[in-house]
Amino acid sequence: MCLGIPGKILSIYEDHGTKMAKIDFGGVSQDACIEVIPNAKPGEWTIVHAGFALNKLSEKEALETLDMLREMTELAEQEDLKHHD
Amino acid sequence: MIDEGSPDFLTGYRDAKLVHSVIHEIKQRITQSWILMEICGGQTHAIMQYGLDQLLPDEIELVHGPGCPVCVTSLELIDQALWIAKQPDVIFTSFGDMLRVPGSQEDLFSVRAFGGDVRVVYSPMNAVKIAQENPNKEVVFFAIGFETTAPVNAMAVIQAEKIGLHNFSILPANVLVPPAMHTILSSPGNRIQGFLAAGHVCAVMGYWEYPPIADEYQTPIVVTGFEPLDLVIGILQTITMLEEDRVAAENAYSRVVSFEGNRAAQKMINQVFEPVDRSWRGIGEIPQSGLGLRKAYKDYDAERRFDSSGINTSESEICIAGQVLQGIKKPYDCPAFGTLCTPQSPLGAPMVSSEGACAAYYHYGRKTNDVRA
Repeated sequence: MCLGIPGKILSIYEDHGTKMAKIDFGGVSQDACIEVIPNAKPGEWTIVHAGFALNKLSEKEALETLDMLREMTELAEQEDLKHHD
Repeated sequence: MIDEGSPDFLTGYRDAKLVHSVIHEIKQRITQSWILMEICGGQTHAIMQYGLDQLLPDEIELVHGPGCPVCVTSLELIDQALWIAKQPDVIFTSFGDMLRVPGSQEDLFSVRAFGGDVRVVYSPMNAVKIAQENPNKEVVFFAIGFETTAPVNAMAVIQAEKIGLHNFSILPANVLVPPAMHTILSSPGNRIQGFLAAGHVCAVMGYWEYPPIADEYQTPIVVTGFEPLDLVIGILQTITMLEEDRVAAENAYSRVVSFEGNRAAQKMINQVFEPVDRSWRGIGEIPQSGLGLRKAYKDYDAERRFDSSGINTSESEICIAGQVLQGIKKPYDCPAFGTLCTPQSPLGAPMVSSEGACAAYYHYGRKTNDVRA
């Protein structure tokens, strides 16, 4: 139910005064309401639930976490190698 | 349009090497048994789907929370929905999951089979469109969901008002997470020592409501996402706090969730809805745990538009859904699990929804407590 799908904003338009966007979900484009992320721009990412954008998705935050984990994994592997030497 | 495929910052959260690395870290840090609850049914489903429950150390017991709106919508509301759907000149719209949820006598599928106009919509905003296209029909949307779904439910009402629709209403059934956490943590049988909070609820609400709960019950809470890597990071952060004897509300889903949440979405919810007492299926009434329409929007309230008083409800006597939803029992503890109760013929709602704990256990073959065998 609380499924949220990440998508990339392609274009923005209005419907009866409501902010809407065409959003790309991995090659499939769908319309969603972006009323609560009013400053969103094409090219930015968002999380969509039931045709409604809940919030923006920060690419920067996502990459920072991944970088940190990749570093941690590499360090652990090096430690492992040392133990095997 | 050129399909570039999913970018690394999304697919990276399904990287098996990173998932194993975090699980390795959990194993390094854990020194005793801990019981954690993931609140959201979407997380329960992902844990089973990716086999995380089998990869995690034996010391961690994951208990599945009540975060499945389809499962906790009260029998009274389901019976009310069924009654409304049977009225002439009504188009009853709902998320697909609700159609097979058993009421006292029947479900929405059977209402449709007997000629009722019951339609599945992807979004309540589609229901508004149906109302526009069918001015001679009453269009009702079954507004279930947690805080994640509350903004779009509110938006549908705002949109209907903007367009000037008089044939659209919602059956308000939204529920709220924090009151349920209070109920679980204050229950005398509570076993939960740490919470994975529902990431998309927090995308809307932030997690400013959680530090006081963590404090009051001395229980760590970590906002957690839905990908396998998100889940193991959430578990790692919770375990780390428990092992260090530290209590806080932390965020392991920062790419989507901020402390304050989406203020515009919260404002939209508050414009249309107000907190009301609500009964949860299998759990009972939880004070101020639901959202009802504010006075200014009462014209859009299907409960007002259709007088369905006098419905008698009766719950299955065998089903232990309430205890499963509170984490007291596991689905396989139920005598009807997989025999009298299956997704094709469910006795209780957790066997219906893809997010229900019983359905997840059924689909992913967790038929006994011997999951690691």
